[in-house]
Amino acid sequence: MSTLRILTSDGLPAFLSFLSQKHHRVLVPVVKSANKRSVIFEPWRAGMPVVLEKATVPPKEAVLPQCETLLTYKKSKNQEDLGDITVSLDDTPEALSTVIFACRPCDARGFRVLDRPFLNGLFADPYYKARRESLTVFTITCSSGCNTCFCHWVGGGPSSPEGSDVLMTKIEEALMLQAISPAGETLLKDCDLPDGKDVFPRAEAVRKAAWASLAPAPDLKQVPQKIAALFGNDDFWQRQTSACLACGACTYFCPACYCFNITDEGDGFGVHGGRRLRSWDNCMSSLFTHEASGHNPRMRKMPRMRNRISHKFSTYPENWGTFSCSGCGRCISNCPVSLDIRAIVLTALNNAG
Amino acid sequence: MPGGNPYKPAVATVTEVIHETTAIKTLRVVLDDPAVMASFHYEPGQVGQLSVFGVGESTFVINSPPSQKEYLQFSVMQAGEVTAAIHRLATGDKVGVRAPLGNFFPWRDWRGKNIFFVGGGIGIAPLRVIMLHLLERKADYGKISLLYGARSPRDMAYSCEIEGWLHNPDLDCTLCIDAPFEGWTHKVGLIPNVLLKLAPDSTNCVAVLCGPPVMIKFTLQALEKLGFTPENIVTTLEKRMKCGIGICGRCNIGGRYICVDGPVFTLNQLQALPQEL
Repeated sequence: MSTLRILTSDGLPAFLSFLSQKHHRVLVPVVKSANKRSVIFEPWRAGMPVVLEKATVPPKEAVLPQCETLLTYKKSKNQEDLGDITVSLDDTPEALSTVIFACRPCDARGFRVLDRPFLNGLFADPYYKARRESLTVFTITCSSGCNTCFCHWVGGGPSSPEGSDVLMTKIEEALMLQAISPAGETLLKDCDLPDGKDVFPRAEAVRKAAWASLAPAPDLKQVPQKIAALFGNDDFWQRQTSACLACGACTYFCPACYCFNITDEGDGFGVHGGRRLRSWDNCMSSLFTHEASGHNPRMRKMPRMRNRISHKFSTYPENWGTFSCSGCGRCISNCPVSLDIRAIVLTALNNAG
Repeated sequence: MPGGNPYKPAVATVTEVIHETTAIKTLRVVLDDPAVMASFHYEPGQVGQLSVFGVGESTFVINSPPSQKEYLQFSVMQAGEVTAAIHRLATGDKVGVRAPLGNFFPWRDWRGKNIFFVGGGIGIAPLRVIMLHLLERKADYGKISLLYGARSPRDMAYSCEIEGWLHNPDLDCTLCIDAPFEGWTHKVGLIPNVLLKLAPDSTNCVAVLCGPPVMIKFTLQALEKLGFTPENIVTTLEKRMKCGIGICGRCNIGGRYICVDGPVFTLNQLQALPQEL
């Protein structure tokens, strides 16, 4: 059996300190005071109050930052001949060795969704790869579902280990830590936490209880074909889209969305030169597919919604064999008009046509 | 690029700028690293991301034939910010090139067949590279024809080459413009109508077309009327592309990404995709 450890709540600061000695940063969920209370991941510092709640924003940024430098370019003029300009490029990826502490199984599975196109496509993405290889994921078992999440519909579950290096399960005031990957094994073997073998049965019971609390999942096996078959049914997509404001919140809160843009900043002259940036973009934006000629294959929000749902539940599965949705439900809880992706999928599944 | 960082462009120098029309310029660029330039290999129809540092990247076909080892050629119609910056470039300026990207014309499968090219406006750019490539191998092919149409004679790119195309014994070249123009001695009319009048024999013939969406739409109808079957109609698509490597999510049609699975498709491949051009 994989290495097991027990971590009591009063031992948490010392354990986070241990992790931060081994890694450049340890991202922990903390409460952010704003108009609306939210929980976000922030680099741990001694004394920081950690909350083991599901974060409002998934920790996707650890591997795919909202904005990152792909390369810097520097232009210099030959002072003897001002028309003679040289350009130098630097494309060194910035990758800090990072631990994500206490994300949820849906978030960990989100990383696996990103891994396929970024690591296993025609080209490996060197920036993503560098960050992913420097990442260790500590996931905490959910004790129950919430009214917007549906991880067990899409292949996950409250104690799914997919995408995690260590899976933690809360037992009263302690956490049982279970190594999932070789990296997790090494970390748990190196730490001085006591063995957790004795509490394993109790952790198992907590996990089982979490599963038992969930309403049965519908069978989504036919969904990819059903959605593909509905592609030309404008009425169906119009009905699913009519309330949408095309704000894109669903994509920005999604642990599995990865559309991006590439833009330049600065002309390249001067001490710091210029930067080519990658930043999050979203397929719900009207300009996302706007071509220079003026043609736009997804000018209206209906084809954009169709594309988003089709990508998650039909074309990504066609390419990679699994849904690109981890069922976290943040697209539902953060939608200003309460659009529910579950309802769209079920309507497609049950559509007689 | 193969094996290296797919986002890192090769720095290149503009060696020539050719003013084709008021809206189209052709750039010839040479990769600064002589070893990379010498080993640069691509197939007709492949595209590249051409960038002006400080403005950004856009996708264009490499429209010089692969036998041309001295430079890479891109023809660019001014349409947005990046193309405007490309139009401001002069000889000696530095650009970035990420290439080759995407698939290419299946020219090896066309051996022994007649080829009919139909180009509209800037859509002639990708056809130029494959046409010149086939003309270099004329013995392997049957009759090679080109129908090239533009709004007016002033909108025709490659004007310096057209006279040569018209007199090339290996090429049956027809030019057309939308409306009568003083001194114009070639065809007048919209491309699909001119095509129907030319009525090329569809037997053992591949039609290769590129142009604006509306021209494609009606030319496809004309080709079908002439008896061309979907597997013998080939087109190269334009989409907004960013990453060029099938990740960023901008150029997909269903599960296919134009930047890696295209830009070249046969009509029957396109018909199998969701209809979202």
